[in-house]
Amino acid sequence: MTSNNTSKLGFVAIAFVALAAYPLVAGNFGVDLVNKIMIYAIFALSLELLVGGTGLVCFGHAAFFGIGAYAAVLLSPQSEAASLVWLLPAAVLAAALYALFVGALSLRTKGVYFIMVTLAFAQMAYFIVHDTPLGGGTDGIYLTIKPTLGSVLDLDKPLAMYLFTLGCLAAVFGFLAVLLRSRFGRALAGVRVNEQRMRATGFSTYPYKLAAFTISGAIAGLAGFLFGVKDGFVNPELMSWHLSGAVLVMIILGGLGHLRGALVGAFAFALLQEFFKSEAVFGAFAKHWHLGLGIVIIASVAFLPRGLVGLPGQLRERLTGGLVGRPVGGAPVNKEALDEVK
Amino acid sequence: MDLTTFLIQCLNAVQYGLLLFLVASGLTLIFGIMGVINLAHGSFYMIGAYMAFALSPIVEATLGGGFFAVLAVGLVLAVLLGYVLEWAFYSYLYEREHLQQVLMTYGLILVFEELRSLIVGDDVYGVKVPPILAGALQLGDLMTYPVYRLFISGVCILLALGMFVVFTRTRLGMMIRAGSTNREMVQSLGIDIKFLYRVVFAAGVAIAALAGMVAAPVSSVYPGMGNQVLIICFVVVVIGGIGSIKGALVAALLIGVVDTFGKVLLPQASGVLVYLLMAAILLWKPDGLFKAG
Repeated sequence: MTSNNTSKLGFVAIAFVALAAYPLVAGNFGVDLVNKIMIYAIFALSLELLVGGTGLVCFGHAAFFGIGAYAAVLLSPQSEAASLVWLLPAAVLAAALYALFVGALSLRTKGVYFIMVTLAFAQMAYFIVHDTPLGGGTDGIYLTIKPTLGSVLDLDKPLAMYLFTLGCLAAVFGFLAVLLRSRFGRALAGVRVNEQRMRATGFSTYPYKLAAFTISGAIAGLAGFLFGVKDGFVNPELMSWHLSGAVLVMIILGGLGHLRGALVGAFAFALLQEFFKSEAVFGAFAKHWHLGLGIVIIASVAFLPRGLVGLPGQLRERLTGGLVGRPVGGAPVNKEALDEVK
Repeated sequence: MDLTTFLIQCLNAVQYGLLLFLVASGLTLIFGIMGVINLAHGSFYMIGAYMAFALSPIVEATLGGGFFAVLAVGLVLAVLLGYVLEWAFYSYLYEREHLQQVLMTYGLILVFEELRSLIVGDDVYGVKVPPILAGALQLGDLMTYPVYRLFISGVCILLALGMFVVFTRTRLGMMIRAGSTNREMVQSLGIDIKFLYRVVFAAGVAIAALAGMVAAPVSSVYPGMGNQVLIICFVVVVIGGIGSIKGALVAALLIGVVDTFGKVLLPQASGVLVYLLMAAILLWKPDGLFKAG
């Protein structure tokens, strides 16, 4: 196991060093793209805490992302640059509060209900910004002056934005790695594997799940904040259920049950998206990029049950004649939900 | 709001609710019986609506046309589509986790939407109301109500009754109900459960597509129409209780009323009202109004 742990740590360390060194070799387009992907990675990590860590499949995570982004733009003063010191916590808090509200209600349900209810609450948030003047309607709103941190950091500069995002990504990754190894994280894993048994051992599981849901929403809000600030523009599409679906695809494509799976998945998904969108490869057909993406998603469900992170193991098993496609470790089997179905 | 307006809004609410019921019943059946959460169900509604639009010139050239001929051809195609999809994709999902079902059906939505864009394009199209049903009923002195909307409600009620009879009064319905309770036991009694599932799935697709075809002249056909219906149908299923046909009917009518009157009385908040209703009902009954089983 030790060598395995070393190789995991090595992979993560190399990934972060590569990300830090990337602006040295890349142009403006590349920096912007990787910046976006890193934001997606933070977003994916937040969902990984719920899906991979706790076994709760949330299909409305874009709402928290969108709220973080909208809060960043709506709370910024018109005439001067806002300070990160209060704007960032405020945006994260807004997302966390909505997550607390949604979680408190939707965690009363289980399994497939939970999937549908979280989706419906996300749609509620979507319609609030879509239909009311509060969020500028379908057109969205612009952030004219980007926030700063005194004279140290001006997020209007792409490189500063990039490094700030990288810092956030590293912090979130470290935070979740510690959290999942703590007593709290172990309790969440217990809920994932067998919630009934957790309750029988004397854990009141609801507060644990609610805490996980709120933390997850807060981190998604952080990702949304970064996204809103980077683009300087928000519109209701940030809360659309396509984004909720996309981020689920990211963590599953990467491999559930591993934090680095969220990282790998975000990159794989975004690069695939860029590939199918590229007119150089597909010409006029590139505007139908959803088609290619949809086929890849279907194929990954069929052929990559453990995601990209599990691919080496899967290949090794195939070579040694082991069982392929057997869900091992990490995969969140919500026993109770399965029992309910039966 | 005077009495006539109120009456018209009531009719609209019932018509919308019944239409939702048609789509939601397929969703709840497929989940209740096969345990598959099918995000692509809204796409079947969309496919139905686009068939009503795209098939009519073809049917006119070959069969001599008419709205009802289009309906018939569309239904046959929808059953075939459902049968093939079950065979090719969904039959692999029965033993999988919800998460993978969500993912694969999400992929299917993307594929269906793009195929629709490739074949028909991204424009909004209208579908003509058939001439026999194009009239309007006089209500009071000033108001009229289109006959076609009554026709929609009539079709929905007939289908709902048909489903009820098949489900509770026939041998097929008995096998389906038994299969949803214990798959292995039914199989060991010598019933071809795979075929049974395929039939149920095809029926679910056909009902959703029929709902789309019937709704097309009123709602016109546009990209994204399937997803819009899908999410409202989730709310219907959650309120009604998963797997319960009766629940789906009550919840669909409830949502029809809340949505229609919400649009009239509180136009600013109409998008949100339905979800608030869902939240309130979840607080009261976390398993929905009528939990199956």
